[in-house]
Amino acid sequence: MTALPALDRPLALALYREMLLIRRFEERCVELYGAGKIRGFLHLYDGEEAVAVGVMRALEPHDAIVATYREHGQALARGLPLGEVMAELFGKREGSSGGRGGSMHVFDAKRRFFGGNAIVGGGIPVAVGLALADKLLGRENVTVCFFGEGAVAEGEFHESLNLASLWRVPVVFVCENNLYAMGSALDIDEAETDIAAKARGYRMAAERVDGMDVVAVLAAARRAVDIARKGAPCLLEMRTYRFRAHSMFDAQGYRDKDEIERWRERDPLHVVAAAGKASGVLHDEDLGAAEESVRRAVDEAVAFAERGTWEPVEELTRHVTAPRTKRRTP
Amino acid sequence: MTINYRECCKLALRQCLDEEPRAFLMGEDVGAYGGCYAVSKGLLDVYGPDRIRDTPLSESAFVGVGIGAAMNGMRPIVEVMTCNFSLLALDQIINNAATLRHMSGGQLGVPLVIRMATGAGRQLAAQHSHSFEGWYAHIPGVRILAPATLEDARFMLPAALKEPDPVLLFEHVFLYAMEGELDASVRAVDIEHAALRRRGTHLSILTYGASLQKSLSAADALAAEGIDAEVIDLRVLRPLDDAALVDTVKRTHRVLVVDEGWKSGGLSAELMARVCELAFDELDAPPTRVCTAEVPIPYPKHLEDAALPQAATIAAAARRVCGRG
Repeated sequence: MTALPALDRPLALALYREMLLIRRFEERCVELYGAGKIRGFLHLYDGEEAVAVGVMRALEPHDAIVATYREHGQALARGLPLGEVMAELFGKREGSSGGRGGSMHVFDAKRRFFGGNAIVGGGIPVAVGLALADKLLGRENVTVCFFGEGAVAEGEFHESLNLASLWRVPVVFVCENNLYAMGSALDIDEAETDIAAKARGYRMAAERVDGMDVVAVLAAARRAVDIARKGAPCLLEMRTYRFRAHSMFDAQGYRDKDEIERWRERDPLHVVAAAGKASGVLHDEDLGAAEESVRRAVDEAVAFAERGTWEPVEELTRHVTAPRTKRRTP
Repeated sequence: MTINYRECCKLALRQCLDEEPRAFLMGEDVGAYGGCYAVSKGLLDVYGPDRIRDTPLSESAFVGVGIGAAMNGMRPIVEVMTCNFSLLALDQIINNAATLRHMSGGQLGVPLVIRMATGAGRQLAAQHSHSFEGWYAHIPGVRILAPATLEDARFMLPAALKEPDPVLLFEHVFLYAMEGELDASVRAVDIEHAALRRRGTHLSILTYGASLQKSLSAADALAAEGIDAEVIDLRVLRPLDDAALVDTVKRTHRVLVVDEGWKSGGLSAELMARVCELAFDELDAPPTRVCTAEVPIPYPKHLEDAALPQAATIAAAARRVCGRG
């Protein structure tokens, strides 16, 4: 069992800054939504940052990622350029997906970031397929598949876990259990609320992780990636919480404010800051410096998106299929 | 040498597996059982379980696995036992396979081939007899093929495997046993164009799949009455070969569409609309159509026969469109 990584100063600074970047980026997104710069659905990752940041740190550049419609955190933690992600939310041509996808469909093939899937559970079989190809081609890559706990009610979750285990493909399933599928609490939807137990039913290793503690997430992700790299799937159930609404249209009548406040006490930014300070590797001035550098980065991203251009309407039907070269009729 | 459509499908698979090392076949009972319609019988022994991959009964998952594998360097051929079962994988086919290239701004491509059996005529009743190729032809981002001849059964699949985007190939269940001589001069087929299967002057019958043979039989009967029907095999249901539609209408000025799909909102409606949009001034009569009755396909033979387009009903409609009905 991999022990918790030593929270040395460089690691503490990096984890804190990466999570703060996601938090501040999304706070700016809310403002820009109000200003009409961002439209459509906007699902914030606020509160769940430790999951993406901890998991991504355990991956190599050649590993693949499949995420959901709540994927700003994964995209930023994977290192997608901040300006390109913001431009995607604006719908600009300079965006990660050329503006075609918006908030729910951020893609970056170079960074092996396969979206951005807005059908609950729809990315899970695709992740198994990415991993199967790596296995068949003899590549030692791992695919990480993120989904929420709502997805475990979908048939595709069960079909895919079965296939992944049956064929021994290198997938790490990361279930972000934020307790609510939109407005449905886990115990309203599920007869068995222990998600790791469901995975064990498919004969794969599974563990439940404190998803508010980025160091615990990183340690668990390293264990899981080790298992997958050796050729077996596994599942991590990340116990986490979103502090804000499901999307921009959600009165949150399904949970009370006290519950939100209790979880806020375990804000992943506070958790890692407290741990860093307790061990003497983080100081208040570090947190201030991180705020300043993140603010500048987000400002630059917004400026990049503002400078971006609109795809000409004439290109509307481009990329429906690959361009066809003239073929000889046999 | 006499060969049947099923054997042509198998030869096509073998060519794909022999020529493309990244190709593999995946689906329910394709291996140990040999395929529900025996298309892959014997291939497990030749190619092994990595390339002839039996799957659990999880259509959505194994189609999605095909999509992921295709995006990551493989060239999967997924067999869905029948198009009726493909409805369980509709999310993967439409929301992922057909959508990912456009939604990702052109970064991703899904070079995936999905084969499935379609159509009625074998008394398999409603849940195994429907024709959904017309539905799939509604979706941007996929190419839809309907082999109706031995040559197309033999050569469409290898052409499909070279496509950079998803191709859905519909093998008609009634045609698997169709026998004939494979034209030895044909070594490949295009998957772009409709084919003129019978030249005529009085009307154009636009059709595909198992309705092709019925339409050709009808054309023979009509010839004895002095009606000279042209028969167009659409072959590619998406994208439709508009130029071929216009060409044939310019020759005959009358159109009959024969489609085993249902009439309402179906492919036949699309074909008639295109003929009107593209060549209205060429028409001497309103286009008409013969489709499957708007019922779930029934089990007993006399009712199944009555539900489907038949040579006699095609000939009768042809007479009407020629003013001889």
